[in-house]
Amino acid sequence: MSRRGEDPKALPRDGRDLTGDALHERLSLTWHTSPGFWGWLTTVDHKLVGRRYIFTALVFLILGGILALIMRVQLARPESGLISADRYNQIFSMHGTTMMFLFAVPVMEAMAVYIIPLMLGTRNIAFPRLNAFSYWVFLFGGIMIWVAFLFNVGPEAGWFSYVPLAGPEYSPGKRTDFWAQMITFTEVAALATSVELVATIMKQRAPGMSLNRVPLFAWGVLVTSLMVIFAMPAVMLSSSFLIADRLVGTQFYNPTEGGDALLWQHLFWFFGHPEVYIIFIPALGFVSQITETFSRRPIFGYPVMVLALVSIGILAFGLWVHHMFATGLPRLGYSFYTAASMMIALPSGVQIFCWIATMWAGRPRFTVPMLWVIGFIITFVIGGLTGVMVASVPLDLQLHDTYFVVAHFHYVLIGGAVFPLLGAITFWFPKFTGRMMDETLGKLSFAIGFIGFHLTFFPMHFTGLMGMPRRVYTYPSDIGWNMLNMISSIGAFIFASALLLFMINALVSYRKGLLSGSNPWEASSLEWAVPSPPPPYNFAHIPVVEGRTPLWDAGGTLSVVSGLRVEDRELLLTTAIDAEPDVREPSPLPTIWPLLAAIAVTALFIGSIFNPWAIVWGAIPLAATLTVWFWPKGPPEAEPVIE
Amino acid sequence: MTLPVRFTRDLSELPTHAFGTRSLTWWGVVGFMLIEGTGFALAIAAYFFLMSQEQLWPPSALPPKLLWGTLTLAVMLLSDIPNVWVKKAAEEERLRDTRIGLVIMSIVVIPLLVLRGFEFANLNIGWDRNAYGSILWALLLLHTTHLLTDWVDTLVLAALMFTEHGGEGRRFVDTSENGLYWHFVVLSWIPLYVVIYWVPRMTTGGLIG
Repeated sequence: MSRRGEDPKALPRDGRDLTGDALHERLSLTWHTSPGFWGWLTTVDHKLVGRRYIFTALVFLILGGILALIMRVQLARPESGLISADRYNQIFSMHGTTMMFLFAVPVMEAMAVYIIPLMLGTRNIAFPRLNAFSYWVFLFGGIMIWVAFLFNVGPEAGWFSYVPLAGPEYSPGKRTDFWAQMITFTEVAALATSVELVATIMKQRAPGMSLNRVPLFAWGVLVTSLMVIFAMPAVMLSSSFLIADRLVGTQFYNPTEGGDALLWQHLFWFFGHPEVYIIFIPALGFVSQITETFSRRPIFGYPVMVLALVSIGILAFGLWVHHMFATGLPRLGYSFYTAASMMIALPSGVQIFCWIATMWAGRPRFTVPMLWVIGFIITFVIGGLTGVMVASVPLDLQLHDTYFVVAHFHYVLIGGAVFPLLGAITFWFPKFTGRMMDETLGKLSFAIGFIGFHLTFFPMHFTGLMGMPRRVYTYPSDIGWNMLNMISSIGAFIFASALLLFMINALVSYRKGLLSGSNPWEASSLEWAVPSPPPPYNFAHIPVVEGRTPLWDAGGTLSVVSGLRVEDRELLLTTAIDAEPDVREPSPLPTIWPLLAAIAVTALFIGSIFNPWAIVWGAIPLAATLTVWFWPKGPPEAEPVIE
Repeated sequence: MTLPVRFTRDLSELPTHAFGTRSLTWWGVVGFMLIEGTGFALAIAAYFFLMSQEQLWPPSALPPKLLWGTLTLAVMLLSDIPNVWVKKAAEEERLRDTRIGLVIMSIVVIPLLVLRGFEFANLNIGWDRNAYGSILWALLLLHTTHLLTDWVDTLVLAALMFTEHGGEGRRFVDTSENGLYWHFVVLSWIPLYVVIYWVPRMTTGGLIG
């Protein structure tokens, strides 16, 4: 390796003289992750971290789904004695917690971690060690809450843990403490990933990819990451107040000592409402990429689409109080939040019309990803309409906390995010693995899934209108809810079997699927310019972008820049707006320290549930691991050194 | 690459580090400043939310003693002078001055931590007495966490500057961004100081209630 004192000009770089196989060999050596267990623990490759992030989030989807099925078995018949009320409380709390905090947000960020650097034409994500750290913290937080649940100390006050129910008086023991610390784990992970993604999108785009050429998925991820940055501190603050009330006797939420239960609701929903869009906006990005590819034409109304994403991101922060209509608000508050809630339907509607226009003007191919997109449009429009309904205060007061709301948010979350996700996994599966998912099985799982979903959740609108409240562990047999509940339960199993089929398809295709080549769908964005799966360094030469659909514009020859070093990990930074080449930036090597720091964080968080002083003592190993993590190893870099 | 390529431009002349918005570090630091700034803003909002529920503010307590918080503010503002200087030295890549500046910044935090101890001791209320006490402690604790993390950060960076890695361009970028973060710690103290020490003084005597 070249080091201090050598002439930087003599360092080997990619270019005309170093390209093809020779370049591949040298870059692979520089960027590879060591094989075996040690390599697995230390990798900072965004593709490996992204893949395991997606996989882990899907495991939590299965776990959360199993809980849903258990609830549907319990509710299939009236007065069922299968599950006790206390167990049921834990199950629905864990179902919501798992789906929101351990599946939905992480899986969207995980997809971005894998796809974004490839889509932007760079060699790794910004702050890749932080990325590895984020994964470990997420994993340990998820394991913690599930182990607690299995030991009967799972959360019991619902996924939004309202006080006073979740406070020290009504939720004694450690159950809610584990929930509050799970929040801290997952939010630390999500915040870290968001900072990486913002930095990557703003600074690591391929030359020429000015902001008006950024793919819509990347725009979506940028908006989402900024939303995470502004929304998640609210839930960290509120859950820290909660655990402090429970463990060290603070009085934030205690009305007898000047605290206020509504403070919890405000802080929680200031996070909780944007959270829905944090899950939904990346899905909009999936839909745009898929629609563009399979309509075989550039997306219709690109500037309007970008503006719609940004305005959804902003409006999402003005809606939180619509979760609190039933708490009693000033009249002006009602009107304001009703208006804001209805307003957000506008940019969502604009997007839907743009996708329809894209399909209309294109030559659509109805592949599996496209089918999921169509399923999404139908389902999401229904969910959006019930959303506009409950935005109206009188109706909301009637329907609040009933199964109508359960139906509404499953339509927007499953229809709005999980359908596009399944389409996106099918779409990018060849990039992840080098193989195609089976088309017939894919279509079958779409058909079964679409029917099963609507069979489960459509009847809930009526169960809700008939007055069935959420979160009841059973109901009497003589009030007319029996049939609707039975249909929902049957539908749930049908929907689950479609998901199972999807996963079997993924597993089988991973081993035996057709080899895909680099661009099986003839898509337009840069990730399809590299082999499937991509080599550790992603791009041998950094591509140059000349339009919004680079591979369609390239005409068979890709323009590239050269001159990055090959013996050290080097990325290209470009300017934030115009993406002009600006700086050659070193990228970190694999290391064990993010994992050790995550273990230190885990010890601190779990310790603090049992003893507040753990925050103080736990900070010492944490500071030590972080210091070693940041401390440069090996001799100084070859360039530039100021003597 | 699976497509044939056409070389357009050789980038080997580009620098390998740069300051401010041109560096990745700046974006990372600003990202975390936004996160923590949002945290501060929401904690302040929680303070006023709790205040709006009360007839008297501060409820059953005297306002925190003014002296220590004000001294902290003064020292904090003064500490930004060497901070500006070391940031400039780093951006001009003057190794010796950067070393001196980082040592000064490492020392400057010590009196601040001592003053902070006096602040906690003179809040005139426990965190468990009532919600006012809780939010007061929360605000001060939040800011103290930043003081501590930036101190550790500065110590590590100062030590690093005296090793063979001190001359690397990236260390100057780190120092510059560390200076940016200290600005944030200083600036965020101003609204927190007003809320902790002056809002209770403006409201006693019946301004609310």
